[in-house]
Amino acid sequence: MSPVNPNAAAGLLSTSSRLSTYFYPAITALIIFAIWEAVTQASWVSPLILPSPTIIIATMVDKLPLLLQMGGVTALEFLLGFALSVAVGIPLGALVVYARPVELAIYPLIVAFQTMPKAAVAPILIVWLGTGISSKVLIAFSIAFFPVLIDTVVGLRSAQPETIHLIRSMGGNSLQVFWYVRFPNALPAIFAGLKVASTLAVVGAIVGEFVSSDRGLGYLVLVANGQLETPLVFACVVMLTILGVVFYFLIELIEKLVVGWHVSARQIEGLAGH
Amino acid sequence: MRSSASVARLLAATEAETESFVYIANIRKSFTARGRELQAIDEITLNLKRGEFVAVVGPSGCGKSTLMMMVAGLVPPSDGQITIKGEKVTQPYTDVGVIFQRDALLEWRTVLDNVLLQIDVRRLKRANYHQTARNLLTQVGLGGFENYYPWELSGGMRQRVALCRGLIHDPSLLLLDEPFGALDALTREQMNLDLQQIWLENRKTMLFITHSIWEAIFLADRVVVMTPRPGRIAAIVDITLPRPRRLAVRETPQFGNYAAVIREQFQSFGLLKEN
Repeated sequence: MSPVNPNAAAGLLSTSSRLSTYFYPAITALIIFAIWEAVTQASWVSPLILPSPTIIIATMVDKLPLLLQMGGVTALEFLLGFALSVAVGIPLGALVVYARPVELAIYPLIVAFQTMPKAAVAPILIVWLGTGISSKVLIAFSIAFFPVLIDTVVGLRSAQPETIHLIRSMGGNSLQVFWYVRFPNALPAIFAGLKVASTLAVVGAIVGEFVSSDRGLGYLVLVANGQLETPLVFACVVMLTILGVVFYFLIELIEKLVVGWHVSARQIEGLAGH
Repeated sequence: MRSSASVARLLAATEAETESFVYIANIRKSFTARGRELQAIDEITLNLKRGEFVAVVGPSGCGKSTLMMMVAGLVPPSDGQITIKGEKVTQPYTDVGVIFQRDALLEWRTVLDNVLLQIDVRRLKRANYHQTARNLLTQVGLGGFENYYPWELSGGMRQRVALCRGLIHDPSLLLLDEPFGALDALTREQMNLDLQQIWLENRKTMLFITHSIWEAIFLADRVVVMTPRPGRIAAIVDITLPRPRRLAVRETPQFGNYAAVIREQFQSFGLLKEN
């Protein structure tokens, strides 16, 4: 066995490769925006149909307090919807894996329910729960919770049989098998579900606002669109995108901290195969 | 009808006579696969003396892994019974270290924490075992790697960690299921030497499952040869090579004789055809 520098394995990406992960997409984006700006400045397209990037930015600066206020409402809706998905999806996933009756009697119904288009059900939820925040939270939840559930089930079932035998031979009970093996082993899958859920929760909140609401970015999109304020519509979309991206990367950051050991989060090769 | 107390006395008496440690009595095992009853093990009776190194060789699918799982109490036999230290095995036996072909390291734990998993699950005090863990790791050449994660190690290093995990609680029995089967030839030889050293130092009772004839002869006091499925014991070969055995022992005529005896068994099953 050759001696290996212990620090070598703890290193991060080198500065140059870290730079390139941001550099190339940034260049691509800049080129697209430049063409977009040129096309709109040349008046080839009406600003009512496609406003230029500079107009959109100006509108964002101009309407920032309104955008932030409406953005806050939408953010609260999708965050609550997401939190509910996690609070229900993960324990339910554990129940599906551990409780045979739940797997037999409830799981198939949930899968069937998933094929139902939630957007079509949104009006009913509004009728049931009113036009307030709770209906949006529930719509966001109904769309976002499924990937959390499915990935929890898949993750909990993916434990290597040997590791479970091992805990048993140490005198461990089912709870210890869950705590030491099944749950940590499921975390990478669960985080994959959470990332999908995070974007779906945003979609759910907007769908809810589209159907009926008096606040939020989805509401503002409808109002601005009705008044042919196309730059404001675009500003809302940009704002939503920023919120969604920030939310997504927040989850990814937590994932890196929690499951940094997993193959998907590794940044360098180990000694395996050397 | 004999009372259970007298049976226990009887078993205790046999144990004293033969130093029996693990007694596998008339074990059969069948599985149901695709609605069909599949007999994995026909009938096996085997006695492991305390401190004895027993290797089991057999063709793949002969039920040798199942045999180990039954000794560990992880799989119940369909018929017959296993007693360890005079007590019938009815649930996972815990005074044991188990090592599988796949190292079964937990990827989210460091090398040290993987070794200490044994201590955590048993709800023992970690602090009392830190030094033991470090000593064991150093002994197998992994000093300085305590804070590495499994994915940073090679296959041989990972299996060494698994070995330390199986030893840290000082069990009296070690069950090894083709532990070096996935390693390259050189690493495998080194692991054989290391395992022999560990056994010479503390003389734990070993049940070593392998499909390598030479590995079995090199390590064991007795080599149990199994038939193809349904597994039965075809022969038991006593290995009297002096210890510590060096790799060169393989070139001795005595070693060759043992290998020939075992190979002839395999040939008699029609497993090895030369022409």
